[in-house]
Amino acid sequence: MSTKTILSPYETVQEARNPKRNGIAEYIGELFDDFVELHGDRLFRDDPSLVGGMASFHGKTVMVIGHRKGKNTKENIEYNFGMTSPEGYRKGIRLMKMAEKFGWPVITFVDTPGAYPGLEAESNGQSNAIAQSIACMSALKVPVISIITGEGNSGGALAIATADCVWMLEHAIYAILSPEGFASIMWKDASRAPEACEIMKITAKELKEFGLIDDIIPEGDKGMKQLDAMIGKALKRLEKNTPEQLALNRYEKFRNLDGRCWSL
Amino acid sequence: MKLDEIFHKKKSRLSTLKSRRIATGANHKRILECSQCAAQAEREELEQNHWICKNCGAYFALDAQTRIEMVCDEGSFHEMNRMMATGNPLAFPDYEKKLKNLRKKNKTMDAFTCGIAKIEGIAVAIGVLDSHFLMGSMGTAVGEKIARLAEKAGKKNLPLVIFSASGGARMQEGLFSLMQMSKTAAAIHRFREDGGLFVSFLTHPTTGGVSASYASLGDIMLAEPDALIGFAGPRVIEQTIGRKLPEGFQRAEFLLEHGMIDDIVKREEIRTYLGRILKMYRKGKQS
Repeated sequence: MSTKTILSPYETVQEARNPKRNGIAEYIGELFDDFVELHGDRLFRDDPSLVGGMASFHGKTVMVIGHRKGKNTKENIEYNFGMTSPEGYRKGIRLMKMAEKFGWPVITFVDTPGAYPGLEAESNGQSNAIAQSIACMSALKVPVISIITGEGNSGGALAIATADCVWMLEHAIYAILSPEGFASIMWKDASRAPEACEIMKITAKELKEFGLIDDIIPEGDKGMKQLDAMIGKALKRLEKNTPEQLALNRYEKFRNLDGRCWSL
Repeated sequence: MKLDEIFHKKKSRLSTLKSRRIATGANHKRILECSQCAAQAEREELEQNHWICKNCGAYFALDAQTRIEMVCDEGSFHEMNRMMATGNPLAFPDYEKKLKNLRKKNKTMDAFTCGIAKIEGIAVAIGVLDSHFLMGSMGTAVGEKIARLAEKAGKKNLPLVIFSASGGARMQEGLFSLMQMSKTAAAIHRFREDGGLFVSFLTHPTTGGVSASYASLGDIMLAEPDALIGFAGPRVIEQTIGRKLPEGFQRAEFLLEHGMIDDIVKREEIRTYLGRILKMYRKGKQS
């Protein structure tokens, strides 16, 4: 698909879900010279819907964390369609803490229909895991960059997106929940998802205008090259801060992100 | 006493008086029906019984004012940021009209009421999410008030107690609402890292973006009996897994069994229970 194409919000949702889009495997392969995957939450199990590991970015060691979707049904079942369980988020927390300990920047790739709404996920504390992940990320004393590459739905996306820089691919979406879920809650009719997409304001362009994301990355090879340059530049800029200042700046960012939607 | 303190005291006394008048106003029904067993009861009778149904034991949902009166020492509550109001950041159709009606009906600007109060003689920062206002959903005003309350508690070196009851993020404020999860979780995290005590009290229901942010970050996690607490709603889970959920799933007792909360506290015992925690916390700090 040409990057010039202007898509409607609903077409954007479909493109964001296209299994042919670049996923975590492509981003890791294209952007990093080396990657060592690290598994498990040290509490219960390894959640394959969330990938994490140490990587080399132009010779610099970073921690990479991201949702993993499958390219086909078999893979999707294995990766639970990119819907992460508490164990996945707890693995993420473990790796973020490790990165902080060694002073490595954290780079996350967001692509999830939402956190997994399952029986075991609830029993194991899905809410707790997401809350802990957000809290951990908000106070990390290393640079944090998050890239929303496809679907960024609900707390399941936000859990790994409380970052100094939040970027979106041009045809990615970032939403409070899936448009189908939204239509189901608001109008008790999931088939009104296309209408929901218009109201929800979930495209990169709209969210950039709101100031809720920091930048938009073009689709395709051009975007990958640009992303590489953007990461390099952002890390250079962020690393000028002291570790304490980094955490404070991130706190202030999310403290003031709503640009005073409220009044007193 | 400083001049501004006198005014503050006067102002808060006025607002307490005002809300008293509202609580006993004519628009409140005298006879109420239990949502569980449909048994009818008189208002005064329910008030005396901590808003618990005498027939089946079900808990009535409390509004913020009633919760505060039930938990805090009489007349000790000083409200903060009472007039904080959310805007309509997405220009969501009919949202402003809806807010206007709810503000009139509930006599509050939004779903979160907070301030400084005393519980069993100990000063605390306290907040209450009210499910009567758009299901206690967390929009930008709610998130801002929670963050400010945490910052106030930190500055004044007070323990923080929040009663939550919420369906989660507020649909009408879209991604602005989702961002309140980061804002509140970050504010509570900072407060705790600086040595503050956060008691998170979960009441029926606490789900979605509220349970998955600040409300799960309590040093001490408590819940009312039978409260529904979880990330996803039961209907969504049933649709996902394609079968019925077991009895008691996502209820407070289930969470206690799975290690997610410290204890379940009956409504009539909340004040003394919190008093015990706060007294030991204060003693522990002094020694």
